Amino acid sequence: MIHFLRRRFLFFFFTYLVSSLTIFFLLRILPGDPARVIAGGREATDDQVAQIRDELGLNASLPQQYLTWAVDFIRGEWGDTIAFRGADNRDLIMERSVNSARLAAVALLMSVPLSLALGVIAGLFENRLPDVLISLLTLSVVSLPEFVTGLFLINIVALRWGRSELAQSLGWWFLASSAAPANASFAEMLPALWLPAFAATLVMLAYISRLTRAGVIEELKRDYVRTAALKGIAWRAVIWRHVLRNALLPTITVIAISISWLVSGLVVIEYVFGFPGLGSLLIAAIERRDLLLVQGIVMVTVTVILFANLLADVAYALLNPRVELA
Amino acid sequence: MATVTQRNLLDVDKLTISYRVEDQWIQAVRDFQLQLGRGHIIGLVGESGSGKSTVALALMRYLSRNGRVEKGSRLVFDGEDLLSKPNAEMRRLWAKRIKFVPQNAAAALNPSIKIGRQVTETLKAADGIDGHEAYERMIRMFHDVNLVDPERVAERYPHELSGGMQQRVTIAMALISNPELLILDEPTTGLDVTTEAVILDLVRRLIAERDTSVVYITHNLGVVAQLCERALVLYAGEIMEEASVLDLFQQPRHPYSLGLISSVPKPGQSKRAAPLQSIAGNPPSLTRIPSGCVFANRCPLVLDLCRERKPPLETLEDGRLVRCHRWSEMEAGMQPVSPILRPPSPSLWRASPEREKGRNALLDTTGEKERKKPLPLHGVAQAQTRRGGVWGGGNDNTLMRATDLSKHFPVERKVSEILGRLDPAPIRAVDGVDLRLRAGQTLGLVGESGSGKTTLARLIIGLEERSGGTLELLGMDVRNSVRDRSQDVLSKLQMVFQNPQNSLNPYLSVRQAIRRPLIKLRGFAPAEADAEALALLERVNLRAEYAERYPDELSGGEKQRVAIARAFASDPDLIICDEPVSALDVSVQSAVLNLLAELQDEHGSAYLFISHNLSVVGYLADAIAVMYLGQLFEVGEARELFQSPYHPYTEALVSAIPVPDPLHATERILLSDDLPSAQNLPSGCRFHTRCPRKIGEICETDKPPWRQGDAGHLIRCHIPLDELTNAQSGLVLTDETD
Amino acid sequence: MKSFTVSRAYGAFMRTARSQLRHPQSAVGTLLVVFFLILALFGPQLAPYPNPNDQSHSLRAAPTLDIGGLRLGEHPFGTDRLGRDVYSRVILGAGSIFRIAGLGTLISVVLGSALGLFMGYQGGWVDEIIGRVIDALLAIPALLLALVLIGIIRNLDFAAGSWQAALADNVILLVISLLYIPIVARVARSTTLDIKTREFVEAAEIRGESQFYIIFREILPSVIPSLVVEASLRFSYAIFLVASLGFLGFGARPPSPDWGLMVNENRGGFYQLTPWALEFPALAIAILVIAVNLMSDGIRRAVQKGS
Repeated sequence: MIHFLRRRFLFFFFTYLVSSLTIFFLLRILPGDPARVIAGGREATDDQVAQIRDELGLNASLPQQYLTWAVDFIRGEWGDTIAFRGADNRDLIMERSVNSARLAAVALLMSVPLSLALGVIAGLFENRLPDVLISLLTLSVVSLPEFVTGLFLINIVALRWGRSELAQSLGWWFLASSAAPANASFAEMLPALWLPAFAATLVMLAYISRLTRAGVIEELKRDYVRTAALKGIAWRAVIWRHVLRNALLPTITVIAISISWLVSGLVVIEYVFGFPGLGSLLIAAIERRDLLLVQGIVMVTVTVILFANLLADVAYALLNPRVELA
Repeated sequence: MATVTQRNLLDVDKLTISYRVEDQWIQAVRDFQLQLGRGHIIGLVGESGSGKSTVALALMRYLSRNGRVEKGSRLVFDGEDLLSKPNAEMRRLWAKRIKFVPQNAAAALNPSIKIGRQVTETLKAADGIDGHEAYERMIRMFHDVNLVDPERVAERYPHELSGGMQQRVTIAMALISNPELLILDEPTTGLDVTTEAVILDLVRRLIAERDTSVVYITHNLGVVAQLCERALVLYAGEIMEEASVLDLFQQPRHPYSLGLISSVPKPGQSKRAAPLQSIAGNPPSLTRIPSGCVFANRCPLVLDLCRERKPPLETLEDGRLVRCHRWSEMEAGMQPVSPILRPPSPSLWRASPEREKGRNALLDTTGEKERKKPLPLHGVAQAQTRRGGVWGGGNDNTLMRATDLSKHFPVERKVSEILGRLDPAPIRAVDGVDLRLRAGQTLGLVGESGSGKTTLARLIIGLEERSGGTLELLGMDVRNSVRDRSQDVLSKLQMVFQNPQNSLNPYLSVRQAIRRPLIKLRGFAPAEADAEALALLERVNLRAEYAERYPDELSGGEKQRVAIARAFASDPDLIICDEPVSALDVSVQSAVLNLLAELQDEHGSAYLFISHNLSVVGYLADAIAVMYLGQLFEVGEARELFQSPYHPYTEALVSAIPVPDPLHATERILLSDDLPSAQNLPSGCRFHTRCPRKIGEICETDKPPWRQGDAGHLIRCHIPLDELTNAQSGLVLTDETD
Repeated sequence: MKSFTVSRAYGAFMRTARSQLRHPQSAVGTLLVVFFLILALFGPQLAPYPNPNDQSHSLRAAPTLDIGGLRLGEHPFGTDRLGRDVYSRVILGAGSIFRIAGLGTLISVVLGSALGLFMGYQGGWVDEIIGRVIDALLAIPALLLALVLIGIIRNLDFAAGSWQAALADNVILLVISLLYIPIVARVARSTTLDIKTREFVEAAEIRGESQFYIIFREILPSVIPSLVVEASLRFSYAIFLVASLGFLGFGARPPSPDWGLMVNENRGGFYQLTPWALEFPALAIAILVIAVNLMSDGIRRAVQKGS
């Protein structure tokens, strides 16, 4: 177990190092002169550029810059934003992260049970009607780009149905995500969450359910299923006790991987819905060339994804007797 | 069989089973019949594609979703028609009265549920008992199948058990409900011969105790001969013959049965006496079943009638069944069948005088190796003991010499070991092997799986880098890795692999496969190479049209022939054959063995022939080395292998062979089936943990010495050879008289 | 020798085709992809108004498409608020999405499989290091990396003129290739690892074949089926990504007829005025994505059955 955890943690830190280096150097090397980018490009005067270089410590050597930045990042000093005057990067990112995390949580709660159920049903009915229908659904509607489904939901559900008297009287409000009060509680925010969360759900649904289906089909072909059936126990028990146990185990990893997808999806969805999350902040930061803010956002995202993967690996190892923990 | 008075437990008639493949229904089993009384045991023999596993599951009325039982079939168990039973009632039968033991126990157990729960689940379904009562009964059953420490086994997951233990668990699971009918589908296939002996012994004892009826499905004639009362021979989905085991083996009435029985090498049978008999050709494709006799295209007794009309399954007066137009002639002693059953083209077998000479010249060390001439070139294996130096004559004729060859696979370090700065013990797959091979001889290498024989082969060929020791070929030092070896060494060393499925590139035609070594290693021009490739094909008895075929258009035996032609293309001095026939059906296997013997005669190449099958090695080899846990324990002439004195390990291996002769009975020496780990080897003699002849503490503390017997026979044991001989006088399998 | 290879390739193609026919949804997907491909290739010839920024039409005209009457009318999909023919712009938009997604897929599959084959066959520390770096890179979500890269690269160039849009297109192509190379490499590597242990590869090693020969002559053919599946999958993701980037404003620049961009330009307040200017490009994206998915599902099924 210790051995296994050690390997996992080593890999975690290595990945963290490589991805932070990637992000750092992409932002420092590729643009040529980040100071000029921040200062506003070609129109900026050389003085302005020099001043920004000084402020950001860009005159030091690259490894030194990376170290300074990494240490600052770990200490939580993520600099001031340029895009949003006066705000501290960390406060801004944390505030938006909480919003995005809520959105992601609702999306996961909706998509994971649904996609597991669809995947299992499709797998059990391989190549028969339920499977064909679910396959068509996951291959088509559900794998559309988030902005297409998002806009559809806004236009159909929110604009048409949401303004109906029924919806109004129920107190639901739609499309008001951007108008959600600052520091709103989760409960207060929930009405604004479900529509974007549903849009985010769709893409993950396709991914998780297809892998679950494949897992179920693969397990059904194994010899132990026949052994179980020939014990004379009911087919339902064969499925629940034997097949699903093995088929659903790998989905732990699948769900962790799909969190990476979810992050990509959320960027688009937050943009479509005008939701004040990390994704819409990222787009704003890139548009306004706020490099430090971009770095901070990407690093936070990568941290979350890596932790999710680490947790999934550990959970998988703990639940799977076949993984050697010695 | 027709004269059964009481009601049969199992009564099957006109059973036809089809499978849908793509859009076509294929009749995998046609017109099958079987009557089985209570307490009887019948063997179902067939090669791959014969439909035997389909029958096994159909008898349980368990077919996969794409299978169906055709109308008119009859399947009656204890007076109840199974084919019309609803599933719920079938489940009740499965739970209690009809049980199935599958082939691959590792796959048949649920990997994520503890053994105990999987077994007690069976009891719950069978008798509705669970909890403490079920647990107690399971533990008793585990004792019955000789599982050591049953309480701990119950707490294990399947992957934590050895293959033999897993199979015991499946047998326990089947027998725990005291079934009336037990269907075993190749339960020992894939297990070592030592484990197989243990399992067979167990099955024999358990069914005798219980009065259970058994249908035993296997491809192994030896197992049938040793275990069953009656046997049923299946071919291409049809019954060829059904008879008592004694009748079947002594007077087969069907040419296929005869061919099958005579193509299996018996222990002690050798190429020096006569080539093996074999059945030419391949079974028909199930998509195009011939309208006449299904065996017609391979039958040496074929008449026009056979191709036109399917022979009926006839019941003979003594209750046997046979499906052949010419069974009466067979019965009348038409034993000229034997020569006819030889390979179809007589010119292919130009052996006899030289072969005889070769046999006599076995100990003749003077013969210089001459290429391309069928010359007797068998030598004697020589082992060089580390203490004793070179034994048995001079260096002349030495083709390859390995000294102190080792392969230790490093093991990843654990945290504690990093902290303590300890290197973990490596896995000693091969550990100090001294081996000498003479030009033109075949050295057989035997041992259980995990003995390191394949690793040894890979060290010699260079696919694995050795950790220590030296290797010489024709006096040249051979570099470690194949990538560092000279063209000269590469062309002199070739290999034939185990699995014909994987040994040919599916995207290259036969011609492309064979011409490449000609161009690469012998510097042929493309046109020359094409011509030579065709010549090589002819030498392995494949028609020229095979040149443009791709591997997926070839049968297993044909693929292996192409692989052999490819190995011979570079005109090598030594060919390493790693289990070259173990993936082939018996009827095909013998033809490949004959081919190897014949090509050796022509080329004078030496073989290092690795196999787990002692009879096969005994047939082909001139000398034999027995390997256990990375070391050699016995080296000697092939005929010595089946004569005492044996090393106790060899003795166990030999006694475990299921001999395809119902009259042959030996006292089996049963070894425990837990092989020690190669990472944590036993001290002293590595075999002491399993040795039935362990003499005392010395075996645990001291490494055994090499002891020298007659004609260079070497045994590494603490027991003196004459004592071994005395103790082992009962076990003699040499059979060179016929 | 060539002719046999060709005949086997033909056989594989026919198997795929037959399998597609057995699953009508795959056949429909493939046909639709072909249809869009024709639009992409001959867009300027097929569009009534080949200039995507032709603003000479009446503003905000409603669609004249009459499916029941099988009539296109003057502006089948209507015109947008600038008086541009939406029908023409949708047809012209097929070109860029196919070019970028297709070319990006091609580049990443070629380079990625070469890398993966090399890593898988070589093994050892080379494979270990590159493999770990690839794993680490893949921890960053593709879209995030694409946004960051495009955001930066775009800011580099301030030259005025029409080639700005062209460069922006190429930035996306570059980014797609860069993003997908490691993914393809990983697939090629794992298949190579499997094939490498096959005995025919060892047979080539023991006759001293060069690494190049073994990789490309012995291993590659067996890796191709999984690469074909991966390529079709990459293509569908690439279309997805190109459309999303266009929508987020990180793709083509106005006034180019990029579908994602058209959707973005016509949402919000404009949606009430000219819903068709959003709906038709969105529909085009939807149909293309579904078609590519159905096709790639069919390819996967055919290849898996064949192997």
